[in-house]
Amino acid sequence: MTVKLPRIGTAQILALAAILAINGFVSPQFFDIRLQDGRLFGSLIDVLNRGAPVAILSLGMVLVIAMRGIDLSVGAVMAICGAIAASLADDHSLVVTLAAALGAGLACGLWNGFLVAVLGIQPIVATLILMVAGRGIAQLITEGRIVTFTDPGLAFLGGGSVLGVPTPVVIALAMLALTLIVVRGTALGLMIEATGGNPRASALAGIGTRLITLAVYMWSGLCAAIAGVVAAADILGADANNAGLWLELDAILAVVIGGTSLFGGRFSVVLAVVGALIIQAMNTGILLSGFPPEMNLVVKAVVVLVVLLAQSPRLASLGLIFSRRRS
Amino acid sequence: MTFRALLLASAFTGALFATGARAGDLTIGFSQIGSESGWRAAETTVSKAEAKKRNITFKIADAQQKQENQIKAIRSFIAQGVDAIFLAPVVATGWDAVLKEAKEANIPVVLLDRDIDPSGKDLYLTAVTSDSVHEGKVAGEWLASQVGAKACNVVELQGTVGASVATNRKKGFEDGIAGHSNIKIVRSQTGDFTRAKGKEVMESFIKAEGGGKNICAVYAHNDDMMVGAIQAMKEAGLKPGKDILTVSIDSVPDIFKAMAAGEANATVELTPNMAGPAFDAVIAYKSKGTVPPKWIQTESKLYTQADDPMKIYESKKDLGY
Repeated sequence: MTVKLPRIGTAQILALAAILAINGFVSPQFFDIRLQDGRLFGSLIDVLNRGAPVAILSLGMVLVIAMRGIDLSVGAVMAICGAIAASLADDHSLVVTLAAALGAGLACGLWNGFLVAVLGIQPIVATLILMVAGRGIAQLITEGRIVTFTDPGLAFLGGGSVLGVPTPVVIALAMLALTLIVVRGTALGLMIEATGGNPRASALAGIGTRLITLAVYMWSGLCAAIAGVVAAADILGADANNAGLWLELDAILAVVIGGTSLFGGRFSVVLAVVGALIIQAMNTGILLSGFPPEMNLVVKAVVVLVVLLAQSPRLASLGLIFSRRRS
Repeated sequence: MTFRALLLASAFTGALFATGARAGDLTIGFSQIGSESGWRAAETTVSKAEAKKRNITFKIADAQQKQENQIKAIRSFIAQGVDAIFLAPVVATGWDAVLKEAKEANIPVVLLDRDIDPSGKDLYLTAVTSDSVHEGKVAGEWLASQVGAKACNVVELQGTVGASVATNRKKGFEDGIAGHSNIKIVRSQTGDFTRAKGKEVMESFIKAEGGGKNICAVYAHNDDMMVGAIQAMKEAGLKPGKDILTVSIDSVPDIFKAMAAGEANATVELTPNMAGPAFDAVIAYKSKGTVPPKWIQTESKLYTQADDPMKIYESKKDLGY
């Protein structure tokens, strides 16, 4: 008798554990954690802290993908919202700054949702528009320069800590809890899965697919806005050219590593976040290892390939046949 | 330094000419790449100011990072019959046809900031660029002069992998510290020229090098990465500029703010004033037929905390960086 591992999640958790173990091997102080100025300090904390923006993005992306959609614009929306927050921070109260930044994120999501749900444009095309134009909008807001700010309230969102835990990590955890409550505490998650699995059947069954699609894209926009504010707060400035650049791909990758199919349907919010942590643990490991930078992308590609192969049901059945033959 | 003498000489003739009656007649078109970075914006601002100083009618065409737009702009400048064309090429190849058209129209072309494919050398008057190997070397030599005979472990924040500027600034720095066996580059990673990545990479370097105790200096291929690295050092409870020396390249305004606060030590300038020497070369060429050398190298000036950083910050902050 062998212990039966849960079918979902085992591969991801094992992958994360394996990468962390490798990190501990290449860099012996990887698991050391101490307090520095009242804030936890250590490589493991870096993984959580640096992984927070992509984790937050993946919370929005996972629902969009579960609806058989995709949101390519999240990186650009991060840049827009970071630029708005940094531009307003020094002259306005934190409430106004955040309301403007998050409001812009919701508006971006509404635009995407409108194109997809109302006009029926394919998600990849619809969100590509904002992906390209959004960075331009962000550059218009910052006039092409890096807008810096000194407001301690906004800075706290990037560099502060709550009971020693860096604020970005706290924000990511809070967002994760909120997402879980909304999609698993209510029937909404089920409706999203149904819409992703078969939109026509769902609509006939009485689900307001159009409204749900709009809401999910707005949620993704909001997540992107929060990630953008955190990223800007982290460097005390908004860099419209580089903030969130290619992070939409990391977010999609996190969702895919988390086992959610790009064809929609079943999704796992928690595993998407685990996917984001896998990506960041790998990034931090590469930086600690002292590998030449030319190797970064190659190492990343190999690790992602291995994680995805480990999840492949075909490969698992191949392995089964192989082990049967041997016995 | 013959190039400096030449520069001075051309500046002198330029100044003479600028007071002459015909100075205002010169019209120069500039095909600028677009707003890819703060430095690029500063270059545009400074170019306009330098043109105004010399009473030159200056037309700027923004190419939005597209070569086809640059070619269109050059053709339109030729059609307008300008006296000279400045070109900041977005890519190195594919310029032969349009530059030949300019040559046939007898309009000299000056390249700013970037060079083009060697096959086209006879197609332009001169190229005004900075030597990025030299920039790295100035940074390395400064560090060598600071640490003397002490052992010094350096961590390096590289630019984007494969970018020629990154390769050259790395090589230049290694040249600068060559012969000082006490200075060693212990870690080198790419920070993609951005603040966010500079900070992230520095965080890892600090952890990998005993909480930063084994690091004596940071060298960053640009100031933005250094600004991020300075934040990482501060968050780790280290004192950048004191515990750990810093030297970076570009001289953007924010690094002077850090220098004024004692958190950064030195920066090597990539001057945004490429147009000034180019104007002077064109004026000398038009008025006296003086053919400038094929390459005019701009100065890579080193700034330290002793250079009144706050004053430089004030002078640079409105250039559009």
